[in-house]
Amino acid sequence: MAYYQNIFTQVQLRGAPEAGIPLPRGDDPRIGTPFFSYWMGKFGGAQIGSLYLGKLGLASLMCGFLAFEIIGLNMFASVNWDPVQFVRQLPWLALEPPGPQWGFKVYPPLAEGGWWIIAGFFMTASLLLWWARTYRRARALGLGTHVAWAFASAIFLCLSLGIIRPALMGSWSEAVPFGIFPHLDWTAAFSIRYGNLFYNPFHCLSIAFLYGSTLLFAMHGATILAVGRYGGEREIEQITDRGTASERAALFWRWTMGFNATMESVHRWAWWFAVLTTLSGGIGILLTGTVVDNWYLWAVDHHYAPSYPDTGVLDPSNPGVPK
Amino acid sequence: MTGTRQALLTGLGAGAALLALAGCELAPKSSRQTGYRGTGLAQVSNTHHKLPDDSIPPEPYPLGPDTGPRAREQYANLQVLGDLSADEFNRLMMSITSWVAPQQGCTYCHDPENLASDKPYTKRVARRMIQMTRAINGQWASHVKQTGVTCYTCHRGENVPLQTWTMAPAGGLGTVRGNRHGQNSPDPNVGYAALPFDPFNSYLKGKTDEIRVASSHVFPSGAPERGIKDAEGSYGLMMHISSALGVNCTFCHNSQSFRSWNESTPQRALAFYGIRMVRDINADYIGPLAPIFPPARLGPAGDARKVNCATCHQGKNKPLGGFNMLKDNPALGPRRAPPIAAAAPVPALAAPARGAATGR
Repeated sequence: MAYYQNIFTQVQLRGAPEAGIPLPRGDDPRIGTPFFSYWMGKFGGAQIGSLYLGKLGLASLMCGFLAFEIIGLNMFASVNWDPVQFVRQLPWLALEPPGPQWGFKVYPPLAEGGWWIIAGFFMTASLLLWWARTYRRARALGLGTHVAWAFASAIFLCLSLGIIRPALMGSWSEAVPFGIFPHLDWTAAFSIRYGNLFYNPFHCLSIAFLYGSTLLFAMHGATILAVGRYGGEREIEQITDRGTASERAALFWRWTMGFNATMESVHRWAWWFAVLTTLSGGIGILLTGTVVDNWYLWAVDHHYAPSYPDTGVLDPSNPGVPK
Repeated sequence: MTGTRQALLTGLGAGAALLALAGCELAPKSSRQTGYRGTGLAQVSNTHHKLPDDSIPPEPYPLGPDTGPRAREQYANLQVLGDLSADEFNRLMMSITSWVAPQQGCTYCHDPENLASDKPYTKRVARRMIQMTRAINGQWASHVKQTGVTCYTCHRGENVPLQTWTMAPAGGLGTVRGNRHGQNSPDPNVGYAALPFDPFNSYLKGKTDEIRVASSHVFPSGAPERGIKDAEGSYGLMMHISSALGVNCTFCHNSQSFRSWNESTPQRALAFYGIRMVRDINADYIGPLAPIFPPARLGPAGDARKVNCATCHQGKNKPLGGFNMLKDNPALGPRRAPPIAAAAPVPALAAPARGAATGR
C-alpha cells in the first residue's frame, strides 16, 4: 500500500554522519564514531553519536552514580544482602531520611539518615551539574537556553521537596524517602497530614498546567502529523515562512475553536505550561506546613471548599458527647 | 508488514498487557453508595469473592429459667461465675468447650483430678477472659452495641484466636544491615503498603501514640506539630483497620477531610471506641497475663498474643456477620445486679453503658 512518507518516521536518511559545528576552544572532544541504527530510526534519528560528555557531564554522571549506588546499597543492606529478596522486595525498599529526633542536624548517624543526606547531596550535585551542561551545550550551539530554564523549574520542585522545605520546617523527617512505594506512601501521608493537598491552590494550578501540558502536546503533535502530507514537519521553517501546511493547521484550529496558535506561539504555550507545572507545584510544597497547616480548613475559610450536608457525627473525644 | 511479523507483535503485545494487568482483579464488582452524592462515599465489593457465612456452634440446650441452686453451692473455687444458677453454669462450660477447645474438651482448662484446681494456666487465663468478656459487653457497648461478644467472636473453635499480634523483637538499630526502620516491607498488617508495619505496638497497647495527625487549625501554631512520619504511622493503622473489616477508607471517612467528624460516617465513632476498647483489652486483660503463659504462647519479645481489629472482625465489618450470640449466653453479658458478697476480683462490671440501646 502506498502512503505518503515524511521525515518523521518513515524516511531514514543515510549519508556521511553529521558531526555538528566545531566546538569552542577549551571544550573536550566529542566521544564515539557516529553510526546508523535502523531500529532507532523507527523512534527518532537513525544516527547514534557522537556524544559530547565534557567535564560537567562526567562530573554529573559520577555524582549521579554515587547517589544511585548509595541508595541501592542501603536497600540491599536492608534485606541482609540477600539478592533474591533485593529483587523481590525492591519496590518496597527505601533509603529513609533522618527521623524527627534529628531535626535538621547536618550529620546524623549514617544508619539513621546520614546516608540519605549524602545520597541527596550527590543527587543534587548531579542535577545541578547536568543543568549547567544543558546551559553550556545550548550556548555552544548558539541556541537559546530554554531547555536549561525548563529543567531548572523541575529541579526547583525536586529541591523544594528534598531540602528547602525540610530546612524551613527544621526537620529532615519532612523530606521524601528514596524508594518506589515508600515515596508514594509519603505523598499520601503528606496530603493527609496537611489536611488534603487538593485544597492547596498551587497544587490545583500545578495539576491544571500538568494536564494542560498533555493537552497541548496532544493538540500540537496531532496537528503537525496531520499536516505532514503538506510538509508540516518543517514547522520550524514555517515559523518564519508560512507554507500550505502551516496555513491549513491554522485554519483547522480557527474553524474548530475560533482561535489558533501560531507555529511559534504553540511552542511558547507548551514551554510555559510545562515550566509552570513544577514551578507552581514547588511553591505549593513550600507553603505547606510553613504558612498553611491544614489546606482543607484554609479552603473552608476562603469559601473555596464545597460543603456537604453535616452527617451529625460528633468527635467522641470531646467531653459531653454521648456514647 | 508480513502476517508472521504482525502475529508475533500482536502476541508480544498481548503478553505484555497480561503481565501489566496480572495484579488486577477481573471479577465483577458491586458498588454501594453510602454517603452524599459526589463525595465518593461508596463501598466496592467483589461479587465473586464473598466471605463465607460463619458457622455458629449450636447451643448445647435451651437456657432454662434462672432458678435453682447457685453454682457456688455446688462447685468449689468459683471466683467469677458463682452467682449463676448451676444449670446455666454447666451450660456455659459446655459452650466454652465448643468455642475454645472443641478438640481437647474440658481438660484443656481443667485438671481432671480436681476440676476446681487453678493449676492449669489455661484455667486462670479463661477466668480472666470471662471477666474481660463481661467488661467488653458492659463497658464497651459503645463499640459492641447490643450484639456483644462471646468467647467465640474471637476464638472460633481455636485455643488461641487466629489473628493476634506480638511485639517485634528489637533489632537493626545503629546499622543499615537488616534495618527497615520499621517500614518499607511488604507486610499484610498494613495492606502490603510501604507504611510502618507495626501499628499495633504504637497504637493498640495501653499507653499509645496519638493517632490524629491533621491539624485542627489553618495556620501553624508555632508549637511542635505532628510530622509526616506520624502520618505514615496512623496511615498504617488505618490500613490494618480497613483490611480487618474488609472495607475501604470511606466506610468511616469522607476523603475531603479525613479529620472532620461532621463529614464522617457514624462508623467512625464506632471505630473510635473500638480502638480504645482494644487498648483496654491489651493493657488490662491480655498484656498482664504474659507471666502465666508458657513460652510457646508468647511472642519473640516475650509478650502475650494481643488483640487487634482482625481478632474479632476477621474480614467482616460486623464480626460473625452481626450474629448475636450473647442473647443466648447472658452469663457473659454485663451483670444484671451486683453479685452478692463477691469474693473475687470482678473488675468494674458496674456500669452498663449509657445510651447503648440506640444501636446503629
